[in-house]
Amino acid sequence: MSPIPFDPQHLRLKTLHPALALRSRILQLIRGFFVDRDFLEVETPVRIAAPAPELHIDAQSSGTAYLRTSPELHMKRMLASGFERIFQMGPCFRRGERGPVHHPEYTMLEFYRAHADYRDALADTKALIAHVAKALHGSLNIVYQGRPIDLATWERLEVDEAFILHAGWSPVRSYDADRFDLDLVDCVEPAFPKGNPMVLMDYPIEAGALARRKPGRPEVAERWELYIGGLELANAFSELTDADEQEERFEICTRRRNDAGRETYPRDDEFLAALRRGLPPAAGAALGVDRLAMLFADAADLGDVVAFQESPD
Amino acid sequence: MISVSDLRKGLKIEIDGEPYEVVDFQFVKPGKGQALYRCKIRNLVSGGTIDKTYRAADKIQKPDMHERDLTYSYADGDNFVFMDENYEQMLLGHEVIGEQKAFLVEEIEVKVLFHNNRPIEITLPNFIERTIVETEPGARGDTATNVNKSAKVQGGYEIAVPLFVNEGDTVRIDTRTGKYADRVSKGG
Repeated sequence: MSPIPFDPQHLRLKTLHPALALRSRILQLIRGFFVDRDFLEVETPVRIAAPAPELHIDAQSSGTAYLRTSPELHMKRMLASGFERIFQMGPCFRRGERGPVHHPEYTMLEFYRAHADYRDALADTKALIAHVAKALHGSLNIVYQGRPIDLATWERLEVDEAFILHAGWSPVRSYDADRFDLDLVDCVEPAFPKGNPMVLMDYPIEAGALARRKPGRPEVAERWELYIGGLELANAFSELTDADEQEERFEICTRRRNDAGRETYPRDDEFLAALRRGLPPAAGAALGVDRLAMLFADAADLGDVVAFQESPD
Repeated sequence: MISVSDLRKGLKIEIDGEPYEVVDFQFVKPGKGQALYRCKIRNLVSGGTIDKTYRAADKIQKPDMHERDLTYSYADGDNFVFMDENYEQMLLGHEVIGEQKAFLVEEIEVKVLFHNNRPIEITLPNFIERTIVETEPGARGDTATNVNKSAKVQGGYEIAVPLFVNEGDTVRIDTRTGKYADRVSKGG
């Protein structure tokens, strides 16, 4: 009999048992949370014809189609057909993203609520995280990477205010996409309180391709991003329901992708048709399930909370 | 030019004419934003560490660096005199040698890293041998290895050695940690 070859993947999986058990509980807690609140769990296609155009998100191709970068457009089509509270957890794929908190295949939770805005999505997110923390730890006080975190204390900061304070310029008055990303990473994020939940809200309209303009402040998009313990956990919008404006923003984005020498994707006409039929005012949020598991498992690397990390770039 | 996708730990780069080494780098991508590479880089001359963030499309300058084997001869005031294979002398200043002067012995071969023909760093052999010139005598028959005492080696450098090491013994020192490795031979 030949000796059994040494298999590091086998050893890695064995040590992951506690983290994967915790992850499984988190998945069940998320499902329980939404089901208790009358949300319907839905499944939308993973292999799609037209990924939502985003300047910096590249889709993985799959034959003549693509793997979804998010289930957003299909879920909004369901909203337009009368589904008022829906959620979905499943794999999403983004080409070329690999790092301590990025994998090219990852698990996303998205939930949508009709007749609501991004503030309602924030209240849902806050309640969800409290629900998971209480069930896992019996308390809203957790420790992540040595830092105590109080999940009851949420801070909010407007993007413009944060940039004026920490980067010395106003992205809402004059948006500079390149500088925005750099300063966000180099000046703004490092200035955040290190532990407690931090909500960065009201993005320049250019940085919210699928978000509604804030009533009375058309230069601002109703979008927020949630950070906990330095992890960027969730993104939410008051959904843009105006079909013409959405179509125009898709065109601008496709043009910018083309100018930047990046692949462009077919326009999702079914989605635009759904908007024309009428999408009720709605809010939606997307939350990285792997990162949520990192937070509660006190893991520094996303690879510590997934069973397999060899998915190809 | 080096492209950002080639960044990795240990890579040497040049910024504003100064040589740096990448000590840490991380892929980051703020929500919906562009891919960025957040790096910690160490100035190879001053030793200071700074943060630097690169965009995927950025190009990074490649430093002109080479390494040479030189043999140490002697110290001349604040300078250290080295010899190349053609017996040409070369002076290296205190700022290049730093703490490593404790391990410089005559005839020792070192690797010297040059940036634009300026020496910036020396690498000693991993182990060097020195003779103990001063230490308390160890208790007779005591061969415990987990108890240490202080000892002075030729040249004045002080290290912690096990109790069984005596004056006149030759020991090996790991130059990367500055610590005692083992005893090579017992003294007369």
